[in-house]
Amino acid sequence: MATPMLRWCCPGRRWIFAGIGGGSRHGRGVPTGSTSSGKKGQSSVAQQPLITAQKPRKGEREWAAVVGLEIHAQIASNSKLFSGSQVDFAAPPNSLVSFFDASLPGTLPVLNRRCVEAAVMTGLALDCHINRKSLFDRKHYFYADLPAGYQITQQRLPIAVNGSLAYSVCVGKRWSQMVTRTVGVKQIQLEQDSGKSLHDNLRSQTLIDLNRAEGQLRVDANISVHHPGEPLGVRTEVKNLNSARFLAKAIDYEIQRQISELENGGKILNETRSFDYKLGCTVPMRDKEGKQDYRFMPEPNLPPLLLYDSGSLPTGADPQQVIDIDQLRERLPELPRVTREKLVRQYGMLPEHSFALLNEVGLLEFFQNVIKETRAEPKKVTSWVLNTFLGFLKQQNLAVSESPVTPSALAELLDLLDRKAISSSAAKQVFEELWRSKGKTPAQMVAEKKLELMQDAEALEQLCRSMLEAHPQVVTDVKKGNPRAINKLIGLVRRATLGRADPTVIKEVLERQLSS
Amino acid sequence: MLGRTLREVSAALKQGQVSPTELCQRCLSLIKKTKFLNAYITVSEEVALKQAEESEKRYKKGLSLGDLDGIPVAVKDNFSTAGIETTCASNMLKGYVPPYNATVVQKLLDQGALLMGKTNLDEFAMGSGSTDGIFGPVKNPWSYSKQYREKRKQKSHGENEDSDWLITGGSSGGSAAAVSAFTCFAALGSDTGGSTRNPAAHCGVVGLKPSYGLVSRHGLIPLVNSMDVPGILTRCVDDAAIVLGILAGHDPKDSTTIQDPVKPFTLPSLTDVSKLCIGIPKEYLTPELSSEVRSLWSKAANLFESEGAKVIEVSLPHTSYSIVCYHVLCTSEVASNMARFDGLEYGHRCDTDVSTEAMYAATRREGFNDVVRERILSGNFFLLKENYENYFVKAQKVRRLIARDFVNVFNSGVDVLLTPTTLSEAVPHTEFIREDNRTRSAQDDIFTQAVNMAGLPAVSVPMALSSQRLPIGLQFIGRAFCDQQLLTVAKWFEKRVQFPVIQLQELMDDCSSIFENEKLASVSLK
Repeated sequence: MATPMLRWCCPGRRWIFAGIGGGSRHGRGVPTGSTSSGKKGQSSVAQQPLITAQKPRKGEREWAAVVGLEIHAQIASNSKLFSGSQVDFAAPPNSLVSFFDASLPGTLPVLNRRCVEAAVMTGLALDCHINRKSLFDRKHYFYADLPAGYQITQQRLPIAVNGSLAYSVCVGKRWSQMVTRTVGVKQIQLEQDSGKSLHDNLRSQTLIDLNRAEGQLRVDANISVHHPGEPLGVRTEVKNLNSARFLAKAIDYEIQRQISELENGGKILNETRSFDYKLGCTVPMRDKEGKQDYRFMPEPNLPPLLLYDSGSLPTGADPQQVIDIDQLRERLPELPRVTREKLVRQYGMLPEHSFALLNEVGLLEFFQNVIKETRAEPKKVTSWVLNTFLGFLKQQNLAVSESPVTPSALAELLDLLDRKAISSSAAKQVFEELWRSKGKTPAQMVAEKKLELMQDAEALEQLCRSMLEAHPQVVTDVKKGNPRAINKLIGLVRRATLGRADPTVIKEVLERQLSS
Repeated sequence: MLGRTLREVSAALKQGQVSPTELCQRCLSLIKKTKFLNAYITVSEEVALKQAEESEKRYKKGLSLGDLDGIPVAVKDNFSTAGIETTCASNMLKGYVPPYNATVVQKLLDQGALLMGKTNLDEFAMGSGSTDGIFGPVKNPWSYSKQYREKRKQKSHGENEDSDWLITGGSSGGSAAAVSAFTCFAALGSDTGGSTRNPAAHCGVVGLKPSYGLVSRHGLIPLVNSMDVPGILTRCVDDAAIVLGILAGHDPKDSTTIQDPVKPFTLPSLTDVSKLCIGIPKEYLTPELSSEVRSLWSKAANLFESEGAKVIEVSLPHTSYSIVCYHVLCTSEVASNMARFDGLEYGHRCDTDVSTEAMYAATRREGFNDVVRERILSGNFFLLKENYENYFVKAQKVRRLIARDFVNVFNSGVDVLLTPTTLSEAVPHTEFIREDNRTRSAQDDIFTQAVNMAGLPAVSVPMALSSQRLPIGLQFIGRAFCDQQLLTVAKWFEKRVQFPVIQLQELMDDCSSIFENEKLASVSLK
């Protein structure tokens, strides 16, 4: 409880569907091209409300869906939003609970500076207007894991408003068919997190852990459907979605459910639903059926949160007591969009590769470290990092930081490849070895396994000559004009060299010997 | 010795005339003898004696912590005290022992003060009589004073005197009674709508409500966060200033306290009031005001005028809307603040366990009295989405107008406002309970709550005895954060009016030694 949370509201994301009239209502799939692209779909047509995803057949009326997301993101801070308690995932239940967290009478909230800074920086990164003055409110409801009976949030005047986030999304099957879209951010607010309830149905008990709620990211989706040109439909709220995949599934399901309901003459209730990930459908939440009136009220124990910029900073103010937006802007790290543009410009990288490098924590840094140490072409490095390296990580479900292969090792390997000391198939083999046995350098590995390319031209000449002599039939085939026959010879020579000879060089030698 | 002021007894401690333990024991014995007053809910005898022992060691080493070292004090039972039960006079918190000290309590202890106990109040400080708590009403020490009893003997013969005891006012009645009956030298109260000043006026002691934001609320179990202020009850203005000097200042645990450093101060003795401008708000002359209070009020105004001060009539035009507005804001915050009492983490929990909701309902029904439940209900009504604009937001706007009234008056050159504290003197309990809590609070807070809405400092100073020989206090209201100026004026006034000392010897004849020097006690007020 009282874990710092950032809440973003992204309203008015719209999908447009073709309504499907007539028979096949049940069990039909999601209309193609709109939400079917999974999580990217959720905001794919933001700000462009009237694009039909699928042409309606005759007599059918279009449906438009409106989706707003409420994203609860935990702030990476050492202590909670309003108390000095630490934040730690693995801590035993109720071990990180201050008197304030347990809502002992007489305790008061004290705003955590780090959380305010994180909120401002998030606002800046999302191109928001940062409110110089924001307010805190109490939102009341009774729940066992909400010990104060209210939650402190920013309902009336949040810390940041009116932002946007540009992102790219695939429109076709290929990564290269990407378009840039923008989604609006209505507001960012600081909010106290509740505790966690553990229901023991066997003993019909509920246990409360006030350390914090589970999960670093939680999304509530508000969904409604309507016919374009008509007023918006009644919305439902799907709560507590904790992965992008379930979020997309829940939204897809809910849109279809609402359309079916309405087309069958039913009504949509303004209700809270939860997503059953096993059944893949949304169901009404029983304990929140009744209409909630949160009885919002200003939080009297927190004065308005005032922020300054270099122009408005009060003279002689204690730097510990004021927050300067301009200073935070300077501390803002390079935004992903800028980094991606740089990668494309600097390395001639394909845009989709720049996305892939940034989507994995630490991967970009790994890539840059390899680049720094190798003479290999950036394109080669990109390919190795995104295909081979990332492939191994994914296969073993490891994070970049957990990789047994260091950037230096990969750089060295790529150098060997670059100066043709080894073949690319040998390089793959070395990489596998590196992954398995830490501590050895690629050069040691190559020496041990005798994987270096045959640099002795005379030996190769002899090997080729004896191969030609041993296989007269194949030689005849080649001379008859069968173009595949030479490949067989190349394969034989390669096998004889244990893969250490470059196939292009073998081919050259064989062709020369055959024609002489 | 017990009749002395804090400053005097502090001097006596320093000079070794009395030891902290001796002082502590005398207070404890008097607390026992005056148990029938019901001023204390918990007497922390062991803690106090231990603290006295520590204090004594310090004095012996010449390492006194300051003016409060070894001084017996009492704390209203809505301030959290580590290891000592804190009940708010409610079933809800019966048996609740906080794990921490309120900042103000900690500051007193850090100065070496001896905590005698926790004083009685209306449940969760909701009331103006100290009659509506689970431990029963507090009795006004003046009911048993020589002055009052002699007067009553003259008037009515044969009436059962004991059943006709007077209320203390409230909600900090226990603290006011504790100071008035000489069981401690200073007490903490809380003041949301007048809860410190009202009982101070009825019990003939000084009751200070500091500026909002000057003193930390951390650990004070809230009634209305935006109006609550820890209050100080003492036997004279100088003592209140000493305690304020110790309590005031920024607290990192209370974000509404001022950042500016506050230095301890001693009040100057004002000799010349000719540069002073005293405002008399005409709206405070209400028909309900008793003629005695009214005449004392004008007498006080005349006193200032005759000494050369400028006394002018001023207007606070929104005064008449204040009490209704206070009601809306107070109950709304109460509804919110009381939400945490659900029986889960601490406090009372019912036996019902059919469902969480049923448990909440039963716990809260059993834990709160009617007054608290009524306020929760009203407050939740005002906060409903459909009512919020019409009630809460409107009340906030009116609150701003009320605060602006004061600002305008102070901007026009007025230094301090002079008003009555209460409509009349303390009434007998039998009479008081004829009206319900809400009606009583609305009447009794009439002159005091606007100050809370504006966040200003105010102090009630006893002026004289009524014809019934009961204390009547007047209220001074100062500019925000000009508490020192306010107290300086109050001190001048106190010196002029020479309010008589309560005479309790007849009642406590066996402890006449306590008042071994009656003359000194009366002199002390000069």
